[in-house]
Amino acid sequence: MYVHDEFDAAYVRERVRQFRDQVERRLSGALTEEEFRPFRLMNGLYLQLHAYMLRVAIPYGTLSARQMRQLAMIADRWDRGYGHFTTRQNIQFNWPALGDVPDILEALAEVGLHAIQTSGNTIRNVTADHFAGAARDEIEDPRPWAELIRQWSTDHPEFQFLPRKFKIAITGSPNDRAVTRAHDIGLRMVAGPDGATGFEVIVGGGLGRSPMIGKVLRDFVGGADLLPYLEAVVAAWNLVGRRDNKYKARIKFTVHELGLDAFRDLVEAEFARRRPSFEGADQALLARIRTQFAPPDLVSMPTEPFDRAMATDPAFRAWVATNVTPHRRDDHAIVTASLKPHGGNPGDATTEQMSVLADLAEAHSHDELRVSHQQNIILPHVPKGALPAVFARLQAAGLGTGNAGLASDIIACPGLDYCGLATARSIPVAQAISLRLRPIEAEVGPLQIKISGCINACGHHHVGDIGILGLDRAGVENYQFTLGGRADERARLGERMGPGFAFDEVPAAVERMVRAYLALRRDPSETFADAVERLGTGPFKAALYETRQDADAA
Amino acid sequence: MSRRFTPSVISANDLMTGRPVWLAADDRWVDDIARAEILEDEAHAEIRLLTANADSERVVGPALAPVRPGPAGPEPMTPRERIRARGGPSIPLPGNVTSTARKANDVRP
Repeated sequence: MYVHDEFDAAYVRERVRQFRDQVERRLSGALTEEEFRPFRLMNGLYLQLHAYMLRVAIPYGTLSARQMRQLAMIADRWDRGYGHFTTRQNIQFNWPALGDVPDILEALAEVGLHAIQTSGNTIRNVTADHFAGAARDEIEDPRPWAELIRQWSTDHPEFQFLPRKFKIAITGSPNDRAVTRAHDIGLRMVAGPDGATGFEVIVGGGLGRSPMIGKVLRDFVGGADLLPYLEAVVAAWNLVGRRDNKYKARIKFTVHELGLDAFRDLVEAEFARRRPSFEGADQALLARIRTQFAPPDLVSMPTEPFDRAMATDPAFRAWVATNVTPHRRDDHAIVTASLKPHGGNPGDATTEQMSVLADLAEAHSHDELRVSHQQNIILPHVPKGALPAVFARLQAAGLGTGNAGLASDIIACPGLDYCGLATARSIPVAQAISLRLRPIEAEVGPLQIKISGCINACGHHHVGDIGILGLDRAGVENYQFTLGGRADERARLGERMGPGFAFDEVPAAVERMVRAYLALRRDPSETFADAVERLGTGPFKAALYETRQDADAA
Repeated sequence: MSRRFTPSVISANDLMTGRPVWLAADDRWVDDIARAEILEDEAHAEIRLLTANADSERVVGPALAPVRPGPAGPEPMTPRERIRARGGPSIPLPGNVTSTARKANDVRP
């Protein structure tokens, strides 16, 4: 894992010192809110409905046990004993007092974390495949590249006042678990003609009020060209992006309005101009970064406890089927600790749960944890023989729900329960759906339900098998459905269904579509997504609307 | 064509804690919307908003929030203001009730 060097540490501490001074000046009245607001946003501090919210960057979703413990300490000491893990692999604290934030940032700096560029029109936290370094299908661990991009983009003088925010995702696997096609830039690692590592560069993806799937800007950019090429893309957009209209400012509009080919010409011209100034320092830095991502020394331990539990414990077996993914080494496994208990708040973890996860990472996963964009926590390197012990500890902590990838593994934004932009609640809708579908979710199999509480689409509803968008219709919450979206390497936007549903009608509406799927599928191997692809949305739409009166009476 | 002014209260967030507060008739910021001053007249509301904005050392983002007068005081008309007025999310919160900040935060401004 990457550990901050002296330069990083000094930089972060200087930023904390500056912010402490800015907070003092705000509290003394020397700064107005208008003057202070940009400073607090530069440090990830938002003001929401009930309180301030601090968004902390977790670079490419990777945490050490020590960092997770520090997050737990912060939640306990300065917040309300929990934190919220987000779809961009960050953590948000929902209740900090303004005067405490400099101390929180200092505590974060102690463990190499910060909240810089988690807001504002800058390059945000780079996200990555949460199975990076452990996945079986991986070409190479993408995180050294992600760290290189993090260092390049942090405080990059040219890119501090971009037309709008800018999000980059990276994956080293052909199976895309990082939603690369819904990012401003998505990077998919590919092997080049000579076997060297390079990237397919996807540009102009994004959800929000005008969702678009990213397009391939270049099939192959060699590793040595990656930073100059990224710089060329961002620079080209920075010059022509729509600063006149914040709703048309993201790069997806630039690509859409100019056309992919015309935008590519701008990028190639920038690239030709900039490439010579990259003389190899970035590659030397990458080599240094790589040493910190050396694969862990995996231990060999007997798999006998695993075999025995599989033979005797049905609960363990069911959990393994959903929450354990094959590791690149046969006698190890990747564990998904669920932050989606039935009826719970998606993505929330208490102080105690964070501590348990830190303990488990230390004892069984080479000190490593990941945050997934699906708002769960991953233990990436667990010996199979330790799985029964890990499961027992997770279960005791309320983290052992066997539902990864199932109907109750719902992505939900904080919605109107917290967020100042939201138009409807998301969390209680997720809770009600997860409780309703719990009895049938094992039978249903893989199903991605994603809920956003406003058109900004933080809950990724456009790319869910079933997407739900909460709106405010004349003072009443109303929920619209999209169907047939995909978030993987075949990413696709869902198709919008008809009129929306009231808050109380949503769980039954979802169940009608899920039951239609059970009735229509060829056999259990045909997933919900496959069935929608084969049949179109028609039969599901019919099920959604067929019995509105019955649902109302139920 | 001018629209009729909807009765409103002035809603803001406390600078220190970020907690929701409303402007009362005596110029104090209160943590209970029921005690907020209902502004029926647009011109008066504009003057009250100026007063609120001048208090930037105590609150952030004063704005009008439409209400319906009710038996127990003003009732917010938007889902957003209803959530703010209930003092927290509509769902039970996880977490440790004894954590330090929770106790401190519960002391309303």
